[in-house]
Amino acid sequence: MGERTEVRFEVNGREVAVKTWPMGRLLDVLRTEVGLTGTKEGCGEGECGACSVLVDGVLVNACLVPVVQVAGCSVQTVEGLAEDAAVEPLRQAFVRANGAQCGICTPGMLMATVALLREEARPSDARIREALGGNLCRCTGYVRIVQAVREAAAEMAGARADAEVEG
Amino acid sequence: MRAHVPSYEVETPSGLADALTRLSEHGAALRPLAGGTDLMVLLEAGHLPPGRFLNIWGLRELRGVTVSDDAVTLGALTTYADVLAHPVLAAELPMLGLAARETGAAAIQNRGTVGGNIVNASPAADTPPALLAYGAEVELASVRGTRRVPYAAFHRGYKQMDRAPDELLTAVHLPRHAAPGWVHCYRKVGTRKAQSISKVCFAGAARLQGDLIAEVRIGLGSVAPVPLRCPATEAVLTGRRLSDATLAHAARAAILTEATPIDDIRSTREYRAEVTGNLLEQFLRVLAGGA
Repeated sequence: MGERTEVRFEVNGREVAVKTWPMGRLLDVLRTEVGLTGTKEGCGEGECGACSVLVDGVLVNACLVPVVQVAGCSVQTVEGLAEDAAVEPLRQAFVRANGAQCGICTPGMLMATVALLREEARPSDARIREALGGNLCRCTGYVRIVQAVREAAAEMAGARADAEVEG
Repeated sequence: MRAHVPSYEVETPSGLADALTRLSEHGAALRPLAGGTDLMVLLEAGHLPPGRFLNIWGLRELRGVTVSDDAVTLGALTTYADVLAHPVLAAELPMLGLAARETGAAAIQNRGTVGGNIVNASPAADTPPALLAYGAEVELASVRGTRRVPYAAFHRGYKQMDRAPDELLTAVHLPRHAAPGWVHCYRKVGTRKAQSISKVCFAGAARLQGDLIAEVRIGLGSVAPVPLRCPATEAVLTGRRLSDATLAHAARAAILTEATPIDDIRSTREYRAEVTGNLLEQFLRVLAGGA
């Protein structure tokens, strides 16, 4: 029998310390200990991407990360995006393009998109599809999701270019 | 059925030396845990035996790609994403990137490791066929020292490996393939493009001199209890000319003596055998195109 250990890490810029089982899934800790339920559980085996979050800026499936492995790390969840003005065009684009239907996949889609756009500001449709390849939408709204990402990328890249001109 | 999470203990070593000391003291009772992309799936499904785990994910010295004049070394904790980002791998050992790109999707590629893929020992894993085709060696470390094993000899049977309980797989060494004339052919056949587990996986690398096959290595996945190197097929092909009309037939016959596919949830013996032969012929066509 193991023991509960204290694991300290950052969630959306806020320090948290949870006393938990080391092999507990980051997904469960976020939802039940930290109280952030925006991160969803779909398959629980890394196939669907509903639980996608960023750990130190890197996209991961929170269902496959034992919480002991995020000690000292910075975790960003979909709730963290709500506080990030730079991501506003992405949310708006999902609404405008009807990129969300039932909504269960949407937090994961948003996190995977944020990871993609940080790496590549103006991805091709093929690259968008590859980057979202680990995120399943069972309403099968992929065309609208890709459209939303494409529009958001254009707008965010344009905003950055404007900021550079002004700056 | 879900696992009972309190039944799992995790210890995190301070470095590689500490990890090896802990393994020497506890051996098989201590199971290495890297990126978690396989173990955590088993955990959630209730199939991971309770016990103690050695959390090696943070051992930075085991992560990364180093290039010397004649070899490329992948630390065991090098992720698929690291593989995809490395220019020498892309230029000289491109099948590793192709395998990495077809292993899960981005979130898996960010956590799954080359070493983990090897010691998880699934015959359906995507990188082992490429490692076999590139003549890889694996490095194992323990408090007793380090040793290298040709990767083709590492898997001894289904989930059986040439690894002692106190040893940690620390690196994979690959000869560079910078010489002119190398042609590479990797193909994974699954039910869909993203996120699938292979029905058959083929990796072939050959060095051509004109239309002569000077050197060739072939690795297969999902058609045997282990990732399979194909020496008999390689022997049929070596020294032969691609213009030889009898070559494809002879090679196909040879590879079907080496592959021993079975029926399982993902495919059938018959389909896998047919596709294995087809992938070999595709390899020969790719070589003919590169000659």
